[in-house]
Amino acid sequence: MSLLAAHDVEIERGDRRLLTGVSLTVEVGDIWQLVGANGVGKTSLLRALAGLARLGVTGDIEHDQQRLYLGHAPSLKKTLSPLDNLRCHPACDIVVADDVIFSALASVSLAGYEDRPVGSLSAGQQRRVALARLLLSPAPLWLLDEPFTALDASGCDWLDAQIRSHVSGGGAVVYTSHQPSRFGSLQQDIDLTCHVC
Amino acid sequence: MWTFIHKMGSPPWFFRFSGTVVKWLLPLTLVLLAVGAAWGLLVAPPDFRQGNSYRIIYIHVPAAVVALAGYYVMAFAGAVSLIWRIKMADVTMRAAAPVGAVLTAVALVTGAIWGKPTWGTWWVWDARITSMLILLFLYLGVVALFEAYENKTAAARACAVLSLVGTVNIPIIYKSVDWWYSLHQPASIKFTGESAIDSSMLYPLLLMIAAFYCLFAVTVLLNMRAELVWSHRESGWLQQLVRKA
Amino acid sequence: MSADVPLLSLRAAFARQFLRHFKALMSSPADMANPLLFFFMVVTLFPLGLGPDPERLSTMAPGILWVVALLSSLMVSSKLFASDYEDGSLEQLAIAPYPLSVLVLGEVTAHWLATGFLLAVVSPLFGVMLGLPQHGLGVLCYSLLLGTVCLTLIGAMGSALTVSIRRGGLLMSLLIIPLNVPVLIFGTTAVSEAIIGGNPSTWLALLGGLAMGSLALVPLAISAALRVSLDN
Repeated sequence: MSLLAAHDVEIERGDRRLLTGVSLTVEVGDIWQLVGANGVGKTSLLRALAGLARLGVTGDIEHDQQRLYLGHAPSLKKTLSPLDNLRCHPACDIVVADDVIFSALASVSLAGYEDRPVGSLSAGQQRRVALARLLLSPAPLWLLDEPFTALDASGCDWLDAQIRSHVSGGGAVVYTSHQPSRFGSLQQDIDLTCHVC
Repeated sequence: MWTFIHKMGSPPWFFRFSGTVVKWLLPLTLVLLAVGAAWGLLVAPPDFRQGNSYRIIYIHVPAAVVALAGYYVMAFAGAVSLIWRIKMADVTMRAAAPVGAVLTAVALVTGAIWGKPTWGTWWVWDARITSMLILLFLYLGVVALFEAYENKTAAARACAVLSLVGTVNIPIIYKSVDWWYSLHQPASIKFTGESAIDSSMLYPLLLMIAAFYCLFAVTVLLNMRAELVWSHRESGWLQQLVRKA
Repeated sequence: MSADVPLLSLRAAFARQFLRHFKALMSSPADMANPLLFFFMVVTLFPLGLGPDPERLSTMAPGILWVVALLSSLMVSSKLFASDYEDGSLEQLAIAPYPLSVLVLGEVTAHWLATGFLLAVVSPLFGVMLGLPQHGLGVLCYSLLLGTVCLTLIGAMGSALTVSIRRGGLLMSLLIIPLNVPVLIFGTTAVSEAIIGGNPSTWLALLGGLAMGSLALVPLAISAALRVSLDN
């Protein structure tokens, strides 16, 4: 049973048609990368696949109930602590005890920062709080929009390892990135420039 | 009937159909307006109390009635657009909004013109006129919301939500303004009383109301056709039609 | 894999959104105090504008207090979903496997507690400032408690419709004001009736009806509007 099945998807924004004829099936263990130049519509397509964009999206998109979407914005409240932010995350998919959240924050090198307001953390640290969700959410399908952007080398390695262990553990990942293929034979690409109108 | 509505959802079909309708509806509207206006303004007898100045109701009342009905048309089109995702319903809603707004403004202005000779002031805060003013705000809100959105498809959806909420509110607003007015006015004065209207004045009024409904329909259809011509200006079926003509 | 995972109950999801928003509001007390200060200062403008005659002020007091309450509500509503829209929380709410209207209701409830509820509770103070007789103060408080529920909900809907528009605050006010007219009329009439010794209970009941109706229906409009805003 596939985690995400998209067939003949067409994306329009206002009066402009961005993409046409995109089809994709994501099975357990897949890594998919949406490739294309800036502005071709990678983010729009990813949002449509996540179920966020409904207007101007035609075609069939079927997915599992639980998916984790990480967009550009970190979806964190600046005045709350990382602990509070993750405990009451609006995606409502983090159902774990507090000590699990503590250990997740520790693995993104934020041990000791759990109770500070997120606004007092650096941009890189805030990004890592957002990424800690990957360790806490049970969702099998990850949809990540440019996850490697604004990460340093050790951050990229960490994310790389997370993605690999996630797909080998029964999940799948769809991501967009400017960088060329990181996962070699493990991943499949969709080149959106073939689908531009 | 459902196939008819389904067909109307297709722009080329609608364009052809509305062309035929407008061809006979426009002259009919003009005739009705001319006859109704002549009857009301010239033939009907002068009022016992107000003399000849009451004649403005032949414009004021139809405008007010159709303005209110127009809001419901707009909200209904919005509901169709939200539920069944039919683009033509969006176009109907966008076409109806400014027409309804103008009619409301006409009703307000003619109400003021009526007020001056009858009660001595240009503006009176009575129940009907206040409700008309709020209706104008509701219309202007829909128009302003549409202009503010960049993505026009999203704009149409937003306006649909707003006009639906407005629809539910309108009876509540009218009733509350009614109560507000009756609480604050001494019982002896009734500005817009429901006095029995003589049939010699009623018939031209009904005729004008019918004329205004036709006027609304014609204007909205023409608006929709203009919108379709603009948004489909590069598509084949429209260019074929233009070439044929 | 997803079948084994315990999902939250709907009530728990509602509670989490409520807590999230409530904690965020509590952590910036200035945001809660500002609307009250606004209320305070604008109420002061009226005696300055109308003259200090206590009898005239006390007849006008219900109207003045209610109009200023409406304006304060407009002010706070314009910020309701703005931060959620900017930081991406709105997108997460939209994908969450729960009805968006319930999640949004959690947020709106927290917002009401920190704004409308607070306003209703301190309103007798301002009533006294305008010379509202003692027996009117209780009704003022009740009417605002019920009325601010409607004002907050409708304000949230206006915010939801305009959150994706730059400088949407003024447009929001334009959209909201006509919809709030019934609440204003019922609220002021309740207080006026109480002052002259009549029976305000019909008007309070009407306010209660509006509040219940809004609670049932407006969250649906809010969630529809939020989804449209996400698509803009």
